[in-house]
Amino acid sequence: MIDIKHLSKSFGKNQVLQDISTHIAPGEKVVIIGPSGSGKSTFLRCLNLMEQPSAGEIWFDGQQVNGEKTDINQIRQQLGMVFQHFNLFPNMTVRKNITLAPVRTGLMTQAQADETAARLLQRVGLLDKADAYPGQLSGGQKQRIAIVRAMAMNPKALLFDEPTSALDPEMVGEVLSVMKELASEGMTMVVVTHEIGFAKEVASRVMFMNEGQIVEQGTPAAIFGAPQHPRLQEFLSRVL
Amino acid sequence: MEQYYEIWSDQMVAGQELALWQEIYVKFYQAFIEKDRWQQYLKGVGTTLWVTAMALALGIALGMAVAIIRSAHDQQQPGRKHWLLRIANSICKVYVAVIRGTPMMLQLLIMGTVIFSSSRQFTLVGALTLGINSGAYVAEIIRGGLMALDAGQMEAGRSLGLSYGDTMRFIVVPQAFKSILPALGNEFIVLLKDTSLISVIGGKELLYAAQGIATRTYEQMFPLLGTAAIYLALVLIFTRILNILERRLHQGDRH
Repeated sequence: MIDIKHLSKSFGKNQVLQDISTHIAPGEKVVIIGPSGSGKSTFLRCLNLMEQPSAGEIWFDGQQVNGEKTDINQIRQQLGMVFQHFNLFPNMTVRKNITLAPVRTGLMTQAQADETAARLLQRVGLLDKADAYPGQLSGGQKQRIAIVRAMAMNPKALLFDEPTSALDPEMVGEVLSVMKELASEGMTMVVVTHEIGFAKEVASRVMFMNEGQIVEQGTPAAIFGAPQHPRLQEFLSRVL
Repeated sequence: MEQYYEIWSDQMVAGQELALWQEIYVKFYQAFIEKDRWQQYLKGVGTTLWVTAMALALGIALGMAVAIIRSAHDQQQPGRKHWLLRIANSICKVYVAVIRGTPMMLQLLIMGTVIFSSSRQFTLVGALTLGINSGAYVAEIIRGGLMALDAGQMEAGRSLGLSYGDTMRFIVVPQAFKSILPALGNEFIVLLKDTSLISVIGGKELLYAAQGIATRTYEQMFPLLGTAAIYLALVLIFTRILNILERRLHQGDRH
């Protein structure tokens, strides 16, 4: 579904990603872990072209994401993203946050979008917040709404960029449980996170990144049970 | 009232000593009431407001165009800059630099006596010049507002597959507008006062009217002080209106 071929990314002279190649299959739940500055977020942001790769190719469903002639908006409509800082639109209600994109991109009529929003909000237990503004919500609520907003586009895959890192500890659980539910329904997910527990429980593959490269990847059992690379062993000894 | 004025002004012309308050009465009468001169001030105020409105409309239109071109150019991914946008961006930069780098009075003189030297539409030329001038400042105000907004807002909009234009229109601009309103209001008030400068090329606004009256009555103080009072009143009124507007816009904000 997502094919990454020799992806490199530099910011000026600082090379953040070095020649990464991997494939993400439909239905996979890839969890990316690694120390800060290892390039996890940059890697994720290259997948939907939030960052322009310096070299290499990214393919999504047979289309080159970073191709010259590609309509990037059309790809992003199928490849949702959830941000660390939620990035809800504070100038509109929760309902409008959710329905704006499906309606403007022509995916749904306003009535269909409203119905979708209500259905998704019901699932995350926030239907009563439909007419609230983001400023009136807690962090956990905001992030659940942000997930709903991404889901409302019926994406084929979802990217999560440290979705729980900006939350108070007691709100992490409610967001993770929404993500687990999505995972159990077969959504393709790529998640950058520091939540090792989530990785163990949900991941079909854990990817450990260090200094812009994928150092080691495998099943959670392999990565956490029998880490091979010394850098990974060191990292795990610090976070577990 | 009129008869007192006639008695005392005749005495003044004849060289008789008048009490101070009588003298003030005569001069005030001459400056505002005689020959219905207050109508000239009123007409001047009308022109001043008209010029301000024209200049503001032009300034905001120009400023928005320049700000959007400049920030669209700056937000492009490195190595993917479009050549057309690059040229437009350069033109905008030169425009802002030249307008901000030269005095407004000089711009008015150049427009009025060099570029449009054969035009008799002094007020219109003045409004045009002020609008072009204001555009450069408004552009920087709007650009500042756009840049100050969290980049995550643009990213969130684009990540949903919305186009750049839609993201600007529904997400970025409404939020930026709220934050730039105080600066924009300030620019409006500066503009209102700067309309007095167009009198140097013969624009018939408030100060022009006052100066005309001063010339005819050989008396500077009352026309000028009166004009100052009128400008002050106008500015206070508009400041009040802007404050109300600002409060309205921030209702419902709870961050």
